[in-house]
Amino acid sequence: MRHDVENNESMVKQVASDPRSDSVRPGSKHPKEAFKSVFLRALETIGRPLVSILIAFIVAGILIALTGINPFAAFFQFFQGSLGSKNGIAETLVRATPLAFAALGVAVAYRAGVWNIGAEGQIFMGALGATMAGLYLPPMPLLVHLPLVLLCGFAGGAIWGGLAGIFKARFGANEIIVTIMMNYIAIFIVSFLVTGPMKDASGMIPQPQTVELPASALLPVIISGTRAHAGTIVLIGVVAFVWFFMYRTSTGYELRSAGANPDAARHIGINVLNTVVIAMAISGGLAGLAGANEVSGVQHLLTQDISSNYGYLSIAVALLGGLNPLGVLLSSIFFGVVYVGSESMQRAMNVPVEMVYIIQGLVIVAMLLRQLGQRRKG
Amino acid sequence: MANSESPVLMMQGICKRFPGVVANDNVNLEVRAGEIHALLGENGAGKTTLMSILCGLYQPDSGTIVWKGHPVRIASPRQAAALGIGMVHQDFKLVQRMTVAENMMLGRPAPHGPFIDMRESILTVEHVSAELGLPIDPRIQVGQLSAGMQQRVAILKVLSGSPDLIIFDEPTSVLTPLEVENLFKMMQSMVANGKAICFITHKLEEVMSVAKVVTVLRDGKVLDTLETKQTSPRELARLMVGREVLFSVKKDPCKSGDSTLEVQHINTAGGPGQRELHDISLQVCQGEILGIAGISGNGQNEIAEAITGLRPILSGHIKIDGVETTKWHPRKITELGVAYIPDKIRQNAVFLDLDITHNAIAKSHRGAPLATRGIFRMDAIKNHVQKLINEYQVHVASPKTLARQLSGGHLQRLVLARESSRELSLIIAVNPTAGLDVGATEYVRAQLLNQRKLGRAILLISADLDELLTMSDRIAVLFSGRIVGSLDSANSNPEEIGLMMGGTLRPDGKKAYAA
Amino acid sequence: MQNFWQQLLSANFIISMLTSSVVLAMPLLIAGLGETFAERSGILNVGVEGIMLFGALSGFLGARLSGSPWVGLICGILAGVLMSLLHAYLTITVVADQVVSGLSLNILSLGLSVFIFRAFYGLAGQAVQAPGFDPYSIPVLSRIPVIGPILFQQQPLVYVGLLLVPIAYFILFRTTFGQQVTAVGEDPRAADSMGVDVIRIRYASVLIGGATAGLAGVFLSLGELHSFSELMVGGRGYIAIAVVMFGRWNPVGALLAALLFGFANSLQLYLQAFSITTLPPQVLNSLPYVVTLLAVISGIGKGFIPSALCVPYKRGD
Repeated sequence: MRHDVENNESMVKQVASDPRSDSVRPGSKHPKEAFKSVFLRALETIGRPLVSILIAFIVAGILIALTGINPFAAFFQFFQGSLGSKNGIAETLVRATPLAFAALGVAVAYRAGVWNIGAEGQIFMGALGATMAGLYLPPMPLLVHLPLVLLCGFAGGAIWGGLAGIFKARFGANEIIVTIMMNYIAIFIVSFLVTGPMKDASGMIPQPQTVELPASALLPVIISGTRAHAGTIVLIGVVAFVWFFMYRTSTGYELRSAGANPDAARHIGINVLNTVVIAMAISGGLAGLAGANEVSGVQHLLTQDISSNYGYLSIAVALLGGLNPLGVLLSSIFFGVVYVGSESMQRAMNVPVEMVYIIQGLVIVAMLLRQLGQRRKG
Repeated sequence: MANSESPVLMMQGICKRFPGVVANDNVNLEVRAGEIHALLGENGAGKTTLMSILCGLYQPDSGTIVWKGHPVRIASPRQAAALGIGMVHQDFKLVQRMTVAENMMLGRPAPHGPFIDMRESILTVEHVSAELGLPIDPRIQVGQLSAGMQQRVAILKVLSGSPDLIIFDEPTSVLTPLEVENLFKMMQSMVANGKAICFITHKLEEVMSVAKVVTVLRDGKVLDTLETKQTSPRELARLMVGREVLFSVKKDPCKSGDSTLEVQHINTAGGPGQRELHDISLQVCQGEILGIAGISGNGQNEIAEAITGLRPILSGHIKIDGVETTKWHPRKITELGVAYIPDKIRQNAVFLDLDITHNAIAKSHRGAPLATRGIFRMDAIKNHVQKLINEYQVHVASPKTLARQLSGGHLQRLVLARESSRELSLIIAVNPTAGLDVGATEYVRAQLLNQRKLGRAILLISADLDELLTMSDRIAVLFSGRIVGSLDSANSNPEEIGLMMGGTLRPDGKKAYAA
Repeated sequence: MQNFWQQLLSANFIISMLTSSVVLAMPLLIAGLGETFAERSGILNVGVEGIMLFGALSGFLGARLSGSPWVGLICGILAGVLMSLLHAYLTITVVADQVVSGLSLNILSLGLSVFIFRAFYGLAGQAVQAPGFDPYSIPVLSRIPVIGPILFQQQPLVYVGLLLVPIAYFILFRTTFGQQVTAVGEDPRAADSMGVDVIRIRYASVLIGGATAGLAGVFLSLGELHSFSELMVGGRGYIAIAVVMFGRWNPVGALLAALLFGFANSLQLYLQAFSITTLPPQVLNSLPYVVTLLAVISGIGKGFIPSALCVPYKRGD
């Protein structure tokens, strides 16, 4: 898969730091200039994918018009519903947060030279880990219980991801097939547990699910009257932590080196096979946090469909975000907006909610197509 | 039947430039039917470029090609094949997992339209190969054949197009001595049938044994074209290597006990694209530069990797500063004070898509002074990078510039800078000035000489003989994974070196291993 | 318990289980055959899932609007070709990442298929029916005891699927096209130097994969249910990819693999229907995936995987 990684360099380059935009001269640490450079870099990160987004909206608008609905009115509802009200923004955050966790994981793995397509399964295993910590630990205060729940969520995903990494590094197995199979196996494991040993046997609810987690295991709501929960705040913390890990530690350095040039990394004394496993474990753990997030903050229990394709979608989120932490944050908000906005379009204008997927799919295709333009120039 | 009247091929005044280098400079070549014409030269002499032009991969900047009396323009390999020019590449370009018969059939118009008749194809291949005296079983997977047999398939494939001129590019580099013999017999029977053969090599022995005519190239120019009957290996060696350059520094060989690097009889494994090392021994003292000469591909990288711990050693010992490092991890060896500047730094030493800072701290990225308990100390890093940039005058707009933006010369400065920033006893440099302009080259050499003055031991492995002659205190010559000679200023001349590089001569007078 | 074993081993039970195994295996087989071509030429298409869904929808629409399931069949196949054309363009000409391109197809298809369905029929769901394929017993052959009902009393698309196996085998191993497909997926550089048109062969292979995926989708919508649902494909596209690998990129292997997976599925359904609750359904359902995973780890298929699979190729590299 390494070859593909190198090939994606051109896609990454469009949003990687462009030296020309770097306005920081060596030695100048003026806070205003530092802020300006972050701001400029944020703009850079958004600017180029923005075109892809625009193209996607135009095509979507045409499709909507073809069904006899006024696209402009529909899009008005789209933005109104997602960003125009307290509840809308809250829902957007709820949708964006798990995507951001998983996409962060995809980005970390990518930077280390591995494609993590196993996010879906890792989300499930993380959800499982979090649920088990929530339900089976002895009673304890929130400040102790909740972090443990999140930690176990991370661990669940990390183990699942690390396993896939070992299969690739140690056994040379094809990572695409490994991760896709492990996705299904994870879904089956959770399904088995939720319909069997962990099922809520009280019989009141026909759907199979576990009992609700105790309050000490739940992410508290942060915007009253909405579903927006502290998972979003944890996300910000995790993003900062991941950034620090990747860019300020020796291990993060080695991961990035292995991803940028495995030959040179080897010559420097880095064990490239180890970095694969570490990267997959961290990436899996982050996806696991997405699962923990859904269990602890949104559903408050575990169900068979705790993730609705978030894992696969997170790859698109990561790509749109240029595979860097800040971009991933912004991109996941965009995808959240698309979710909520589409639901709003459906309620108000009867536009089928599946428009979500059309827009998301078009954005990715548009991004891939623009690679052709890049290539022709260079 | 040799036709000595008019040549079947005439290349006149061929010039070809690539950015920064003149690959072919006004080259003239005449090849006649019924002749084996060898092209002899070191790396970078221009042989492969010339033949690539002939088989349609490149276009010459100027000059003409006259084929069978008519000037032609060869725009693509397919056109070359249509004209009757076939090339057997150094890497045979066969599909490993398919059978011989399938490889033979690929790309050729099928006798039965879109359908395959495997049995018929097998019969055809058997027939053709028997006719040409190159028996081969069409049913075997190419990947399971030895190198010699794979080459035979490649040759058969080329021959099935009935070419008049066949080009061989370093055909013996992967063959055993027996296979080489068979190849030469094959070549001789081909020319007896009226074909012309052109073969690229750096091995003098081969030229003498099988070629009728040899053209010696150096630095893109033709030095001379001779009949092999009228010349000798010595003369060819002298032409190939050419110059009367004296060692500029005289130094006594060091006594053991003083040596910083001791390599004792090491052997490493071979593999696809890798050269096995056989019984390599060498010593480098403090404040000494040991040069290793040889044509690329004879084990240079493998030696460097063995010493720096990147390649497992099957038997033998390596000692650095008296410490046995044979089985050590590369990082540990680095910490002992070893710097390694590998071949092809863009691929092996630098992260082009990451910034200068990242590149500058490589190898020092764990532990003091740049990191504490795995976490970077950003101010220490900033100072370190700034110091390197200043001392080595790496011209960058900022430490955040991507390495890709740097010129070759400045990249090499960066690598040198970061390697030299540690306490060193041993420096291993492979082709450190390859592809650099004059200014950058001088800078790198000056740096190495400076390190030498500071008492470091330096192992300089280079395909550039001039460089070795000017820089080294002693020179060892590498051929086919073995050290075939060790010279110092007292008893060497370019001719001897050429003979050793060409695999012909050992200083003890015995013939070197021929393969 | 005695009753259970008696029932399990009764001829009727076994026959009906095998019959349904064949049916369950068909979409995997059909999609897998085409994907075998695509992967053999070096292009991985994880978008088979999405193409199957889009094919299912197009087939459904085509049949309902025209009144004939055969028109629906053509529509489904065309839809598959069209969608895979996008994938081919992205992966071969733009040389974008193959996995991302495939995933984008899945996402896009989910959106488009349901969107179009809703545009026509709102939320009517599976109540909307289309003229589908009815089982057709082949005269004479269907009277053979045991094999007759299993193989020859199925709907026409099953016969199409079974016929595709020898056709695919023939094309792959007995024509120059098939040989070139294999060469291109093994070593595109060598093939190119021998004069094989790598781009053309890869495009053709991917489109073949799209056609069969579309056909497999039609099987789902017009074969059994005669309706459309967005959950119709349910992961079968991904299993088809496993079928290709398990079948060692060989049509006969794909047949055996598909039958195996179909059998596991069928066994699980029947055991569940008869309330044999010792084994939870997930165990049997996950079996194909676990086995595939083990196979990949153990390196069983390693010797057969096309060497250039998923490796981007640009001439002149």
